[in-house]
Amino acid sequence: MSDERILAGDNHGIRLSRRRFLQVIAGTAGALVVGIRLADAADAPLPPGMLGDTFHDLGAYVRIDADGNVLIGARDPDTGTGVATSLPRIIADELDADWTRVSVVPLGLGVANDNGQPRWIYGRQIGGVGGSVPAAWNDLRQVGAVARWLLLQAAARRLGVPGDQLRCDAGVVISRDGRRLTYGELASDAGKIALPANVPPLKRPADYRLIGNSIGDVNAHDIVTGLTRYAIDEHYADALVAVLAHCPWPDGELAHMDATATLAVKGVVKVLRLKPEPGREWGTTVIAPAVAVLAEDTWSALQGRQKLKLEWKPGASASESSNALEQQASALLAGKNEPTTRVRDDGDVDTAGKKAARRLSATYVQPWQAHATAEPMNCLVRLDKDHASLIVPTQAPQKAWAVVQRLTGLGPAQIDIKVPRVGGGYGRRLDHDYVAEAVLLAQAVDKPVRLLWTREQDLAHDYYRSGSVHQLSVILDRKRQLLGWTQRMASASALAHRNVPDSRLWTSELQADQLPAALVPNYRSDWHALTSAVPRGPARGMPHLSNAFAVESFIDEIAHSMKEDPLVTHLRMLGEPRELALTSGGSFDTGRLANVLKLVADRIEWKNWLRTVNGLGIACWHVDGAYVAHAIEVAMQGEKLIIQRVVCAVDVGRVINPLGLEGQVAGATLDALSSALNLAITFKDGQIQQHGFKDYPLASMAQLPNDVEVITVPDDRAPAGASFLAMPTAAPALANAVFRASAVRVRRLPLMKELLRLL
Amino acid sequence: MAPVQAQALPITPESNIVPEKVRDGIDLQINGEHYRHTGDPQMPLLWYLRDVLRLTGTKYGSEHGESGTDLVLVDGKAVSAITQPLQKLAGRQIVTVEGLAGNDGTLHPVQQAFIDEDAIGCGYCTPGWLIAAVDLLQRKPHAGDDDIDRLPNLCRCGCQTRVRRAIKRVAAGKAGKP
Repeated sequence: MSDERILAGDNHGIRLSRRRFLQVIAGTAGALVVGIRLADAADAPLPPGMLGDTFHDLGAYVRIDADGNVLIGARDPDTGTGVATSLPRIIADELDADWTRVSVVPLGLGVANDNGQPRWIYGRQIGGVGGSVPAAWNDLRQVGAVARWLLLQAAARRLGVPGDQLRCDAGVVISRDGRRLTYGELASDAGKIALPANVPPLKRPADYRLIGNSIGDVNAHDIVTGLTRYAIDEHYADALVAVLAHCPWPDGELAHMDATATLAVKGVVKVLRLKPEPGREWGTTVIAPAVAVLAEDTWSALQGRQKLKLEWKPGASASESSNALEQQASALLAGKNEPTTRVRDDGDVDTAGKKAARRLSATYVQPWQAHATAEPMNCLVRLDKDHASLIVPTQAPQKAWAVVQRLTGLGPAQIDIKVPRVGGGYGRRLDHDYVAEAVLLAQAVDKPVRLLWTREQDLAHDYYRSGSVHQLSVILDRKRQLLGWTQRMASASALAHRNVPDSRLWTSELQADQLPAALVPNYRSDWHALTSAVPRGPARGMPHLSNAFAVESFIDEIAHSMKEDPLVTHLRMLGEPRELALTSGGSFDTGRLANVLKLVADRIEWKNWLRTVNGLGIACWHVDGAYVAHAIEVAMQGEKLIIQRVVCAVDVGRVINPLGLEGQVAGATLDALSSALNLAITFKDGQIQQHGFKDYPLASMAQLPNDVEVITVPDDRAPAGASFLAMPTAAPALANAVFRASAVRVRRLPLMKELLRLL
Repeated sequence: MAPVQAQALPITPESNIVPEKVRDGIDLQINGEHYRHTGDPQMPLLWYLRDVLRLTGTKYGSEHGESGTDLVLVDGKAVSAITQPLQKLAGRQIVTVEGLAGNDGTLHPVQQAFIDEDAIGCGYCTPGWLIAAVDLLQRKPHAGDDDIDRLPNLCRCGCQTRVRRAIKRVAAGKAGKP
């Protein structure tokens, strides 16, 4: 492609030249188009003052058509986090747009050629990691503000009054004497006005009309009518469907293949071999050796795969088992072995023990887990001589781009990546092994390829979350104050085989600032590395999930050992409301954390915690300036665990879409409960033992609570991310409630299996 | 192979085409439209819908339909489309998520309730929940929590509490009302 880029989906037919896009001008048919990014010298320059620090390479955009319709681009993939709704709401509010006239289009990857290097014209494009809204708050509001300013200037000229005597309201500019001009009427003129020297002032919070008000998912209508197309639903008429048979061992190889019967299946076109590129980091190449069956349709391909006769030769990983790894972890933590990394060491935990009135230790074990996204891995790719078009379910299109670029050698702007709504990410789609597979196959057959993984492959070939063992010990003084705290953790890092230096491998496994760091004078956390050839990668809620379970269960145990109400223990630990500096930058506000804890306690009537026959449990946590607490009530009926009530309070700063936040919080709670109750990946002889939802049973409707009561703390600080915020505290609150109901302390997940063993 | 359907199809005034009386293949009725499949009679309905008809609202979720993302109504009952070879379906009335709304676009009350309760996570499993809910409410118009507990669908995003609210909204006759 030359200078031309398609800025939106084909069905919208918007095609603007890069030059015109850069200038804020009249678009086709009298439209006002605003996009902001660092301009090339040849283009009409944007004043540097306008760009500001956050504006470099940014090109989020809004388009107002002459008929008053407003099109807003959503830059981050929506994996179910609601960013396709919340990000455009941020722009629309600043613009004072009439929301009923707004359509949202997914932007796809924004990449331009900058002397052979990629230039990311929409800035950050990552979904499902909790950073979309905080990033948008910093830059997307200004897109709306600029467009609104231009419309005001156009109205001022038309009406012959100064701009400051005009106001905007839901897509209309209104003068003091009541004259009204719609944005549609002004769009064409506004496009001819030069940009202001500085960013126009942003709205005051009191003037927000959309931010803070609830709105349903913008794609809801298409989703309930079955019209929303995920990548898996996309199609080229001449594309071959590819299904794979993967080697059970990522480091194994194909010993023998007989594809005669496969090739005899009607519709099967070709059988091909795939191999990981040696030395490539995880997530950028084929995940394991594989045989691909390419056919004219899915059914033929699947039948062909079934008829393959394959013999795989095991690699070194065939000696691994999840049990042995856990034993190895326990052995590492049992002795006085030096840690791989001493993550934090405040005061002196060794001498603090001299003043100890009470000591306590406990060990918590958590299993390996898979992502199990609703939409299985898939990718549609068309390769032409000087162009690649892909439709990819990815959380990180820029990383997908890098894989395609490396394999094809195409120029930055010759690669077009569209990202429709994604059927769940949870970190799995930050990796792009499936994109590499699809591209390699398309290169081999010289035809477009539609790759589809089956569920069995999805569970057997994942970048898992590693299992972990956490050994915690505490020293308390006579006044029940925490004097010393030691956490020793062993796990296999998610960052191994990813070009991350050994000294940083711990960062995916625990946080230096996690509770109760900074609250205890003598605090030490150590990480011990396990090595494994079983692939690992980013997973939703990592590393908070496993650590919060250990820490918040342990605090409950401490309270119990002192015969104390765990709420009291928690509040004493948090102390006076104050801001503590975090090693990662930012701060930890103990008052905000105590507040969410008290809110859930009040709502669930915590004061009855010992009197009720049911069990009540609480837990709290903080994540990057956001705060969460859960209170859970359970009942035991024989061996049956009934989750009767779940309350969750969150403090995330300003809330863009309360309904969306409530959905995220309830959803993350249920996801965490489902994971804690049932889910474990195990492997033996290096082979994953779970093959489908029968042995990796996401919680059924009956197992989950009927409702999650969500409390949101009103706050006008800049918004923090919320996509996984409500996950960490659900499992410990559940385990703490189970302890009160059954007197059984579950220190090992999944909870149901362990509870039934101990009961 | 299923016996060939020798019965003539009803002729609609719009299409004045008279079908041949004897043909090969399997006659299918999907969302009120008539189709004839002449390929492999063992092909599961799911792949016929997705690959052949390009009705992609019914989603692939797992090999044996355990996740419920591929539910469709066959003669009014929710069944997993991947478990249904086409030859079993001759002459049966099949409705997919695309067929729930009226011809004029009026949403089914269950669809409207899902929008009203924002009962959507990533949305991939939503069509399956809708079909399961329609099936349940046809059998039990006033379905309660115990009935909803028996729905087979899985969801990792955690839309279950919102789905429950949506179904109860319809069961209480409040679909489409605030």
